[in-house]
Amino acid sequence: MKMDLIQPFIGSLDAVLAEMMQAPATIVDLTMEEDGYKKRGAAAEVMFKGQIEGRIVLDMDPSAAAKVAGHLTGGEVDPTEQIVAEAVCELANMVIGNAVTQLNDRGFQFKVMPPSVLTADQCAKMGHDSEATILCFETPHGNVYLNIAMKYYARRARERAPVAVS
Amino acid sequence: MKQFEPLTRKDHQPVRYLIVDDSVFARKSLAKMVESFGGQLAGEAGDGCTAITEYARVKPDIVLMDITMPQMEGIEAVERIVQEHPEARVVMVSSVGYQDNILAALQKGARHFVQKPVKPDALYEIIRYVLNDDGVTAPVAAQGETR
Repeated sequence: MKMDLIQPFIGSLDAVLAEMMQAPATIVDLTMEEDGYKKRGAAAEVMFKGQIEGRIVLDMDPSAAAKVAGHLTGGEVDPTEQIVAEAVCELANMVIGNAVTQLNDRGFQFKVMPPSVLTADQCAKMGHDSEATILCFETPHGNVYLNIAMKYYARRARERAPVAVS
Repeated sequence: MKQFEPLTRKDHQPVRYLIVDDSVFARKSLAKMVESFGGQLAGEAGDGCTAITEYARVKPDIVLMDITMPQMEGIEAVERIVQEHPEARVVMVSSVGYQDNILAALQKGARHFVQKPVKPDALYEIIRYVLNDDGVTAPVAAQGETR
């Protein structure tokens, strides 16, 4: 997977977590997985299609998710409340939207689908030849996992590129 | 949530808002923000189609409109609302803020754009700007945050 495609998602998550938790987030682990993803806490999934295709799962420890939900609602939220899952969805929307903005402004064209709450414990892998990059961010309120599985289709990009005429 | 100097209409009634977002959570969060601006929630919608009918029903002073939504996206909804109601004041509120999207929204009739995560101070200033531009708001001696 191209690192320059992943970097905007890392930067975006870092910035959004800093805003939501009022505390720094540090990457403490990076792994590659070929199998399906096993959910750790409250998770949301976003799919995208176009020159870049794939999906991203944002997965948060319940305490970290409750902190974000509390920030968005302006009050204390219990980690078991349903609103916590919706908060993760909204956070995923912000993180991925911000990253997609950067990638689009750099010329990558693709469409993002609305986020959905990941209810199953296990998330299917993207394809037979794809692997996911999983980043673990440590925050004072618990860990946050970003699972990125995507492919860049250079042929589609070439087909959309303007043709020079003499 | 901190309170702001209330933005009111010339008739001193609260500014009325229609909030359009497929996320219930985002709608709640934005509703709290507009309440802190002294505003009133006139209606909510979870997609572009509902937004069009809700606009006609409640005739809000401001619409806060998400872009990525199921059934009908925000940019198409703006176009349809502004076609039917040229006086509509729509502010796009989306996490997806690339230039093409912003340009498309403005071309279809949106007045402004705010990127998520929304900072209340930024949204307040944008709403004040849009309303002042149309002469909707009552003049306030000191527009800004209440200490």
